Amino acid sequence: MADNGQLEVSVWRGDSGSGRFESFRVPAEDNQTVLDVVSWIQQNLAGDLAYRFACRVGMCGSCAMTVNGTPRWTCRTHVKKVARNNRLTIAPLANLPVIRDLATDMDPFFARWIGAGGRFVPQRTRDDPVAPVRPDSPGRQAADAGIECINCGVCHAACDTVAASPDYLGPAPLQRAWTLVNDERHGARGAVLAAVSGAGGCHNCHSMGNCTAHCPKELDPLRAIAGLKRATFLGAFGKEI
Amino acid sequence: MLDLRLYIAQRLSAMVMAPLMVVHIVVMIIAVQGGLSAAEILSRTQGSVFWFLFYGLFVAAASLHAAIGLRVIVHEVTGLRGAGLTVLTWAVFGVFFFMGARAVTAVTML
Ligand code: HEM
Ligand code: SF4
Ligand code: SF4
Ligand code: FES
Repeated sequence: MADNGQLEVSVWRGDSGSGRFESFRVPAEDNQTVLDVVSWIQQNLAGDLAYRFACRVGMCGSCAMTVNGTPRWTCRTHVKKVARNNRLTIAPLANLPVIRDLATDMDPFFARWIGAGGRFVPQRTRDDPVAPVRPDSPGRQAADAGIECINCGVCHAACDTVAASPDYLGPAPLQRAWTLVNDERHGARGAVLAAVSGAGGCHNCHSMGNCTAHCPKELDPLRAIAGLKRATFLGAFGKEI
Repeated sequence: MLDLRLYIAQRLSAMVMAPLMVVHIVVMIIAVQGGLSAAEILSRTQGSVFWFLFYGLFVAAASLHAAIGLRVIVHEVTGLRGAGLTVLTWAVFGVFFFMGARAVTAVTML
């Protein structure tokens, strides 16, 4: 147990190849996020600590780290909610290469978005009238369920299948794929279904739902992936969704 | 390492097995109520085209299903992939199918 008013914080220093946890003492505050703690350490004790953040209000998706073993967005995680006996262990996000300290290389994560057919293909140009899309149509509702994703990578880090199978596209890219399959403005919906049907595709998901349990935006990648499985399965028997 | 084709094969084989399993268990429980001996059971199954097809289908489905399932587990636990994984999948299928076929022919052929 740390002293009263002090947090005992272990922070990962190093990269994917080697490193160790370094301990810091940080003054506890009434209202304090994990990102505040990391920033305090960087500003007062370890100027060379590498970490990443931008918006600090849960919009940009850049601040995710492993906090006491669980992937979380640190800017909106209160220390009071996660500290055990005033202790915090802060490590970089799992299932990604570490550039240095708490900063992971997100490239393999975003490469999967492209791999899942996640790039929007327009059917109209800026000279055409705007496509009328009914907000209450089933397709739009299914697409809307996934579009608030902030690309934080928390679900990617929480997914055991990503950890076990490096080819697996993972929850967030597959959820993106499902929003595009349901977006009537998208010009390559068949190509998305083909992209998620390969050896690393949606069918590798074991439906245990760690992604949904950890998503800070309370999105449901598991449900999106179930939709992809259903659509590709029925599609193989000639049924359109 | 589970593409759409393998996924479909595993789910369809599971769908085939589910009703066969129910019939198997129900018939077994009913059959032993009157205290049937092994010899009496064999006298009914041997030479029966129905039970040959019934258990033959189950063995084919179970071999396929389990080979694909083990393929997934082996890939995730050991990282094996590519040709090695394909060979292993078919080898598991072959062993299960051979063992199952031996049992089915022993029980249903004269
Ligand atoms: C009616 C019977 C059965 C049904 C409905 C069924 C269903 C399923 C389903 C849905 C999966 C996919 C799980 C996932 O992806 O997470 C699965 C996986 C599997 N099944 Fe079956 N199964 C049955 C019988 C069998 C039998 C008899 C065997 C062995 C001989 C077997 C061996 C496996 C294996 C090894 C896996 C892989 C586990 C995994 O992917 O996590 N199953 N089964
Ligand atoms: S439900 Fe699927 S995508 Fe989500 S954590 Fe589990 S395996 Fe990964
Ligand atoms: S689905 Fe949720 S956890 Fe995954 S990247 Fe998007 S916002 Fe983050
Ligand atoms: S800093 Fe932008 S989401 Fe946390």
